[in-house]
Amino acid sequence: MNHDQVIEKLKSKFGENIQEIVRFRDELTVIVKSAVIREAVSFLKRDPELTFNFLADLTAVDNFPEGEPRFEVVYHLLSFNNTIRLRMKTRVCGPDPKVDSMTPVFKGANWFEREVFDMFGIKFEGHPDLRRILNPETFPGHPLRKDFDGGPSDEYCPVPIREEK
Amino acid sequence: MSRILYKDDDDFIPIQIGPSHPAVHGTLPIYARLDGEIMAEVDLEIGYLHRGIEKLAESLTYHQFIPLTDRLNYVSPLICNEAYCEAVEKLLGIAPPPRAVFLRVIMSEVSRIMDHITATGPNFVDMGALTVFWYSFKVREELYRLVEMVSGARMTTCYPRIGGVVRDIPQDFIPKLKKVLEQLPPMIDDLMKMLKKNRIVLDRTMGVGVISAEDAIEYGFSGPCLRACGVPRDLRVDEPYACYDQVEFDVVVGSSGDTYDRIMVRFEEMLQSRRIILQLLEKLPDGPVVIDDPRVILPPKQQVYQTAEGLIHHFNLVLEGIDDIPVGEIYHAVEGANGEFGFYIVSRGKKSPWRLHLRAPCFAIYQAFPQMITGRMISDAIITLGSLNIVAGELDR
Repeated sequence: MNHDQVIEKLKSKFGENIQEIVRFRDELTVIVKSAVIREAVSFLKRDPELTFNFLADLTAVDNFPEGEPRFEVVYHLLSFNNTIRLRMKTRVCGPDPKVDSMTPVFKGANWFEREVFDMFGIKFEGHPDLRRILNPETFPGHPLRKDFDGGPSDEYCPVPIREEK
Repeated sequence: MSRILYKDDDDFIPIQIGPSHPAVHGTLPIYARLDGEIMAEVDLEIGYLHRGIEKLAESLTYHQFIPLTDRLNYVSPLICNEAYCEAVEKLLGIAPPPRAVFLRVIMSEVSRIMDHITATGPNFVDMGALTVFWYSFKVREELYRLVEMVSGARMTTCYPRIGGVVRDIPQDFIPKLKKVLEQLPPMIDDLMKMLKKNRIVLDRTMGVGVISAEDAIEYGFSGPCLRACGVPRDLRVDEPYACYDQVEFDVVVGSSGDTYDRIMVRFEEMLQSRRIILQLLEKLPDGPVVIDDPRVILPPKQQVYQTAEGLIHHFNLVLEGIDDIPVGEIYHAVEGANGEFGFYIVSRGKKSPWRLHLRAPCFAIYQAFPQMITGRMISDAIITLGSLNIVAGELDR
């Protein structure tokens, strides 16, 4: 099993739902429509030949000034049997981004999705327990968004507020 | 804020262990509702050591981020350094000279031994066995001294650089390292004599904190905790990076996925790390320790002080970062002391990464902790937590 075969299998199953295929430094990235992302990852996991049984990482990227779709949710999958990695991506529109939760497919997606929710404000539909994880509940905003104002702005932050001249 | 709150309508006792409690080894609060001494419901809270490292990376150059990687898994910082530098090298498409690769791997295996000692020693202290701690921390201390000799610091090492390592090892390093490594097998032998037939240790660890192999893979376990479940998965063997294809060692696996197996896997892995280091020391090639590429490496100090070009070059590299960084995204993972330690870097060709995410093994492992301890005693929970070796630095980033 190699990258070409993975692409072939995905294409035959998801056809026009695949938006883009990128290869860089021997890594394969497949971007699919957000409507089918859970189905696609579930297919990759359950297919007897592909067997992408390990969700190595789940995160997001904010492409802020570039317009919609603003966010990319990134899934790093690994197959123990074939020892190949695959990066699945899906694009999500702001300002109230939503995507299907991956927790029904991988239990381990739970905290990773909570982190993405905390840092980017992306809501995962069907997540059993979507709360902030690294920041306190009272934290204003989502810090890894590119338009997050890192400067002190309210009484939450003990640092004096910078005066603009 | 935890889900587990005081309720008037039942007899469960709500307790909070941590964030500052000697039993949790770090800032890891555990909220629980107790049925007698049994954990009936458990919730975890993390983030007490969150420093926003991923956000910081977006405003630092690729070089400036290296010292922050020390602060991830501060028990084995050299592995984090290596992982980051290899990730950036993969992005740039450069390869460091062989001596640098060997030195990095030697140092990260030394780090792995230190990390496993730090995981196992205090784990037995939780059971009341101080002897293991004293025996093993003697070796750890000497290894720290060696790390200090090479990098100049005990914990904030910052030894690898993009394209190599910062400096060559001192001349007396190799004999000293061999001498310390000689102490490792007798130490582990002594400990095994104490532990393997010790009724208290066996009762406290066997069948405690069990997780099945299927669940472990589902949750994203990796490293010793996954191998203790009987899954022979090791990135050093399965996807050999650096120079791991040139050494021979065994992947240590357990069978039952309980605390006992996790401890024993770590002990055995120390011996395997020793084996790797000894093989690498035999093969250690001569040559430069940094790549000859002015794009990523600072010019020699003599040039900086004596020539205008050298000074300009130095300033450019420090202030503006690396030129012509390719646009693209990479994920590079190494076998950290706790498991798959990966960096995901998105580059837009700017001097700092557009997005840098790091995949910490503890983050995936710790989320399975409530499942492992619900229905067990508090004292079992403490032992299980110790055997998972949750390092708050990489958990909270």
